[in-house]
Amino acid sequence: MLVFETPKSFKKDFKYSFCKGCDHGVAIRLIAELIDEMGLKGNTILTTSIGCSVTMYDFLDLDCIEAPHGRAMAVATGVKRAKPDKFVLTYQGDGDFASIGLAESMHAALRGENVTAICINNTTYGMTGGQLGPTTLMGQVTTTSPNGRNREYYGYPIRIAEQIALCDGTAYSARVSLDTVPNIKKAKAAIKKAFEVQLKGLGTGFVEILSTCPTNWNMTPEQAHERVRNEMMKVFPPGIYKDVTEE
Amino acid sequence: MAKELIKGNYAIAQAALNAGCECYFGYPITPQTEIGEYLSLKMPEAGLAYVSAESEIAAINMVLGACSTGARAMTTSSSCAVSLMQEALSYAASDELPVVLVNVMRAGPGLGSIYPAQGDYYQSVYGGGNGDYRMVVYAPSNVQECIELTYKTFYTAHKYRTPVILLADGVLGQMMEPAEFTQYSYPPVDNSSWALCGANGRAGKKICSYGPDEAKHIQHVKDLFEKYKLIAEREVMYEEYMTDDADFLLVGFGSIARHLKASVKVLRTKGIKAGMFRPITLFPFPEKRLNELADRCREVMTVEMNMGQMYTDVRLAVNGKTKTTLLNLRPAGEWMSVEEITEAVEKSTEKIYAGI
Amino acid sequence: MAHIVIDENRCKSCYLCMAVCPKGLIKKSTHINNLGEYAVEFCDPNNECVGCAMCATRCPDLAITEVHK
Repeated sequence: MLVFETPKSFKKDFKYSFCKGCDHGVAIRLIAELIDEMGLKGNTILTTSIGCSVTMYDFLDLDCIEAPHGRAMAVATGVKRAKPDKFVLTYQGDGDFASIGLAESMHAALRGENVTAICINNTTYGMTGGQLGPTTLMGQVTTTSPNGRNREYYGYPIRIAEQIALCDGTAYSARVSLDTVPNIKKAKAAIKKAFEVQLKGLGTGFVEILSTCPTNWNMTPEQAHERVRNEMMKVFPPGIYKDVTEE
Repeated sequence: MAKELIKGNYAIAQAALNAGCECYFGYPITPQTEIGEYLSLKMPEAGLAYVSAESEIAAINMVLGACSTGARAMTTSSSCAVSLMQEALSYAASDELPVVLVNVMRAGPGLGSIYPAQGDYYQSVYGGGNGDYRMVVYAPSNVQECIELTYKTFYTAHKYRTPVILLADGVLGQMMEPAEFTQYSYPPVDNSSWALCGANGRAGKKICSYGPDEAKHIQHVKDLFEKYKLIAEREVMYEEYMTDDADFLLVGFGSIARHLKASVKVLRTKGIKAGMFRPITLFPFPEKRLNELADRCREVMTVEMNMGQMYTDVRLAVNGKTKTTLLNLRPAGEWMSVEEITEAVEKSTEKIYAGI
Repeated sequence: MAHIVIDENRCKSCYLCMAVCPKGLIKKSTHINNLGEYAVEFCDPNNECVGCAMCATRCPDLAITEVHK
């Protein structure tokens, strides 16, 4: 019995351009699996963003529009308002969603736009080579915080899932991790929930995914997952921060 | 429909609805706020999308999203806030999306003031965004034209899949004059080949500007410019007034052209053979016709409410055939009066007739 | 019979799958694939694979294309 296969939503000849061990690959696969399982392929319009996440449209056989940096939730708002019957999804990095695009992200959640946003949190700007971003941990060394993040120079990181949960239009907000197989399964369940709240018209669905950037962290893929567990989860605890279906 | 007394901003708003605008995304800024106010009342009633965006950046990006599905979508704004939209306009040009933007100009640079001005000629015509692209720009000069050119703006944007700007100014936005809501009579445009609607029984479509493949990117930019060339061949619009025998040509766009027409009338009573040439499309600029007219003119005087922006295009069009001058007594504020304009022309013609 | 299918040319040799296989049935290959990596191989001479799909769930590159149980 076939218990796993490459999701049908992938293009036949897709080639992941991600670095060795990068969790983007897992996150995109989970999204593709759910699009397959929930029968959404023919009805989905994907909004990608700027950064490593933008390449998603090269892998999935979906209708896609690329948003300018940070504007995915505004573009998704436009798509959804023009075509309310479509399933609208954004896929963004933490810099895109919560730094340059924080206003667009929060206001979309405040309006309760019926869209789903998936945000990859890897505590750095990956595509440009590992600079300090909105989620960079205190003490973390990056190419623009060579002595580590400190309060005096850089201020504090943002806890995205908690902030989005505070928006009244948010229907679901969760933080998950991809560091272990059980956590990957939990992540899939959370993304599914964020899809469902949109389909039910309940408001914005949001999932923050703790992810790795082994290249810019200068770690092996295994070490990177250990860092997610030992450092990131302490500051960004996984959990469901809002779920209107449970209230 | 009969003529009614209508304010320019309301004329643009209602014309957008007549043109089939399905989605409006906007943020308030003087002197165009009435457009959003009007649509916030009318669009929900009609089951259409109206969103009070959190910023102009968000508004134009919402237009991008809506346009990607083939919908007729619009945002409206003014000068300093249009500056915030330049990134998305560059994307829209590269993505080939039919973005409709109305800019009711105020004075700049910076926050400037809410006085009328024409300081966004460069921003609109030469683009404030990055990279090689052009945008079609229509410049109405009265409220009736605000209606007709709003129709045209929607049609051109969708026909050529390119962002189009309706460039009005504070005078037009705020003034009331009799105008008639004519029928929107342009044919429907088929967007089924590119509009996103979900990859149902077909391969997914991608709307993007990112071009990591050098050869493909170069071809894409060249294709865009082939399209602009086609637009320049087909879509040029201008108005001429008493140019048949004119030896002194006044050139202006937008609402100031009303004073140019009046000035021509006054100058003719004084024996000066003046004429007026008014570009209606600022891109494509009617350079060919202006160049022809320059043949028999002793002087081509550009009159505009900025420090001489369209003047650049006028000089390029005239191309040294005759003398070109600029009359721009004020870059913002009160429109140059007919008296000020005729006086300047008379001074200039004295020199011409004296052979200086 | 439970087994997995590996597209070795998708493997970037992160070896995360090797660590999660409960039976230790995935091994480093001795030859280099199209990406210039020592990809992984499925070695199950004693038919120990249970088809748990943990390897495919973990693989970030969809190099494990099928799992049969």
